[in-house]
Amino acid sequence: MQEMAAVGPGIAAWGVMTGVAMVKSGIGLVSVLFMSVLVFAGSSQLAALPLFAASAPMWVILATAFCVNLRFIVFSVHLRPYVMHLPLATRLVKAYLFADLNYVLFVKRFPRPADDDRGRAAQDAYWTASGVTGWLIWVVSSIAGVVLAASVPVEWGLGFAGILALLGIMCSLAVSRLRIFSAGIAGAAAVAAYALPLKLNILVAIAAAVAFGLLMESANAKISTSRAAPTTGDAE
Amino acid sequence: MTSADVWTLATIAGMTLVTVLTRSLFFLSNNSWELPAWVTTGLKYAPIAALAAVVIPEIVITAGHLVSTWKDARLFAALLAVIWYFWRRSLLGTILAGMAVYLPLHLGLGW
Repeated sequence: MQEMAAVGPGIAAWGVMTGVAMVKSGIGLVSVLFMSVLVFAGSSQLAALPLFAASAPMWVILATAFCVNLRFIVFSVHLRPYVMHLPLATRLVKAYLFADLNYVLFVKRFPRPADDDRGRAAQDAYWTASGVTGWLIWVVSSIAGVVLAASVPVEWGLGFAGILALLGIMCSLAVSRLRIFSAGIAGAAAVAAYALPLKLNILVAIAAAVAFGLLMESANAKISTSRAAPTTGDAE
Repeated sequence: MTSADVWTLATIAGMTLVTVLTRSLFFLSNNSWELPAWVTTGLKYAPIAALAAVVIPEIVITAGHLVSTWKDARLFAALLAVIWYFWRRSLLGTILAGMAVYLPLHLGLGW
């Protein structure tokens, strides 16, 4: 779990800041702890805090959490072939444990699902270790944030370490020109669509980048068949 | 506000179910079906796109608008972090190098 350990400080800083934000929202210590241990989705927790403070109806809070989490549905499409040999209950637990970074690191390490038992066992073991490590770091650091809330001002911006962790992983995925361009498209789309509610700009950005990647790959394929030259797509 | 009213706890339990549901949505059905080839191809770009979509606004947007000044600690920290990553290929180093630029500029100069 070297990779999760390397980004651990970034996740931890993000967890601490989420813990601090939860305490400052005034939803009460028991609720804060309950949320830290259970929900395990930082962006939906942060999105829900002002709604709790405003005593919004339950369905509004749940709908908000759902929309902020929509990107996970895209990840579940991608991850489905890696888990379908497992029983449903195991799949649910594994899904719960897998946040953004787990997903990104997993598909980087295993670009395609194993087709034999040994490969599947290795992928299952990696998934569990990655998920449990991430969950532990998240829960411990959120609780640390709850404890430290009085002494760590939000203005310090320690949460930026979490962004830097994601930035580092993003660089590690930038292995082809098409991927770098698609990251640029996603970033630009996310900024342009920033005014959308419920973090829907993230979904718009993923859709734009995936569409761009598909268009460029099919254009490349056409050029190379017409020239009978080898393809220069995003070969893995 | 009471520290643990039933409504709040029930909502938090509901949010946990939302986490599980969104992360497992396409794991639920046992029916066998294959993803179309173009979906598989397109999904190669999903991880980097998701990261860029989360990270880039966090670096260049302040209070809902694109930054209009170069005096923003995040810009310098992110730039150095990227340079560090491609120089050393270390994730931990990238985080530390970025924070080593960010904290002095942010706390010292107020950028």
